[in-house]
Amino acid sequence: MAETAIEAKGLVKKYGDLVAVAGIDLEVHGGEIFGFLGPNGAGKSTTISMLCTLLTPTAGIARVAGIDVMHDPAAVRQRIGLVFQDPSLDDQLTARENLEFHAFIYSVPAPDRRRRIGEMLEMMQLTDRASSQVKTFSGGMKRRLEIARGMLHQPQILFLDEPTLGLDPQTRKSIWTHLNELRSKKGVTIFMTTHYMDEAEYCNRIAIIDQGQIAALGTPDELKAMVGGDVVTITSDQPEQAASEIKQMLGVTPSRDDGTLRMEVADGKAFVPRLVRELSAPVDTVTLRRPSLDDVFLKLTGRAIRDEEVSARDRNRAMASRWMGRRR
Amino acid sequence: MSVETASKPIVSVPAAPVDTRSASLRAVYIIWYRDILRYWRDRWRLVASLAQPLLFLLVFGSGLSSSLGSAFGRGTGISYIQFMYPGIIGMSILFSAIFGAMSIVWDREFGFLKEVLVAPIDRWAVAIGKALGGTTQAMIQGLILLVLAPFVGVKLNLLTVMELVPLAAVLAFGLASFGVALASMMKSLQGFQVVMNFLMMPMFFLSGALFPLTNLPGWMTWLTRADPASYGIDPIRRVVLANSGLPHVDSLGLTINGQVLPIPLEAAIMLGFGAILLGVAVVMFQRRD
Repeated sequence: MAETAIEAKGLVKKYGDLVAVAGIDLEVHGGEIFGFLGPNGAGKSTTISMLCTLLTPTAGIARVAGIDVMHDPAAVRQRIGLVFQDPSLDDQLTARENLEFHAFIYSVPAPDRRRRIGEMLEMMQLTDRASSQVKTFSGGMKRRLEIARGMLHQPQILFLDEPTLGLDPQTRKSIWTHLNELRSKKGVTIFMTTHYMDEAEYCNRIAIIDQGQIAALGTPDELKAMVGGDVVTITSDQPEQAASEIKQMLGVTPSRDDGTLRMEVADGKAFVPRLVRELSAPVDTVTLRRPSLDDVFLKLTGRAIRDEEVSARDRNRAMASRWMGRRR
Repeated sequence: MSVETASKPIVSVPAAPVDTRSASLRAVYIIWYRDILRYWRDRWRLVASLAQPLLFLLVFGSGLSSSLGSAFGRGTGISYIQFMYPGIIGMSILFSAIFGAMSIVWDREFGFLKEVLVAPIDRWAVAIGKALGGTTQAMIQGLILLVLAPFVGVKLNLLTVMELVPLAAVLAFGLASFGVALASMMKSLQGFQVVMNFLMMPMFFLSGALFPLTNLPGWMTWLTRADPASYGIDPIRRVVLANSGLPHVDSLGLTINGQVLPIPLEAAIMLGFGAILLGVAVVMFQRRD
């Protein structure tokens, strides 16, 4: 791994008595995709805003591309690309005009402007729509244009705050293809926040953040290894009885969610036949799977993080932006 | 738990200096250019914005003109519609300048402002770029109405137009800066209605656009002289009417203690007003968080 792209030590942000970020230490290597994973309100956006010099930390230090964010915010901003959670394009302008605007305010040298804009449009597959007004773009196209824009001044680090929020699964996947391409072709370090667990799997390393603190940090495989072996879930009409039988006869304590029992076992393949043999309570379904990051999160925080948990505000916002996109 | 802590000490890398001054000047240009591009692209707005002045001139102006008859001009020979015409040019500039600046609030609401504010440029560039954008748009919106001159019995020549361009620019600049200062303090579109009802309309009514500012009740004389737009509209009227063979316009114009103000002084007052408000806008934009 190359040099350190981002480092933070004891980063804190308080709003009065409210502690949004309660002391974060992290180090992001050059050229990796680093995911910041956690539920809404965990402090993801606050942290990313401090790293991007949009918020001043209450305490702690952060260095981005080797520069102290408190000391020289303008130099940091020149070296990072930003893709915000909420759309920030001028949809009266064309895709190319949006990029030209950005090239100007980020001092892209005049001889490079046209070439870089052409190259980024090509990479984000927007070349044929370069002269269309952004108001005619789909949500995914707007996101791709924002990524192209964020890369225009050749930043060392690209920050993305919930880049796939409100997009359909197919579009989300294509955004990821593009991000991977950017990393391999441009060698840019990518720092992103998400609350989609499945997306975090694409990252080289992940920090799981909960209540303003990092609960765990590592590669997806390392984190999954924190969950003991496999995850077995069963559904039953009599979950109470099934749970106590499992505990007595198999020595495993399942966690219960309505009629579903979930347990972590070392060797799932051997466990399932025993389970079916020993239980007298009726079992409707049995599932055996490798642990996911959802399981890691559940283990670390005792709570589940699911897509349905997206707050009402986010859902409204996503809906509103889709609606506005069509209208405006 | 495998919380990773940075093992090696954090080393300071000397940052290559970022030339924010020239970047900011470029930003002023591109922010101005974007406003012009949007203005030009939105041609319906251009057409629609002509509807209001036309309505004022044709309906309000013609109506009052014929009911007042020759009683209006106090022997100057100026008809009401002739008097009102330069006022309507001023109105058009006033409204477009403030509406133009309000696009800042719109940009804030729809996110684009963030793209501008996080750029490695000085914040004053945003205030100045927007003020110049608003000035240009408002100036065009006002000067476009000069094509109506023949229909209201006003004669223009090249010299008049050349005198009007800087006067329109000065009025537009003062009001656009005023608008940018207001917009820099407004966090949402809700405040916009308030600005319109409590600032823009009174400014218009008190500016002398619709009636002469002479022989008014005392309190109103005071208010009209406190309205900056008065100092921008009066010189436009004097130039438009004086050069078209209606030289006694001064008796219907803006006076302070009975003294007619020279046009350069009026323009200087307007410019000063604009410069102060632009300063306020710059300070407001430079506030972080």
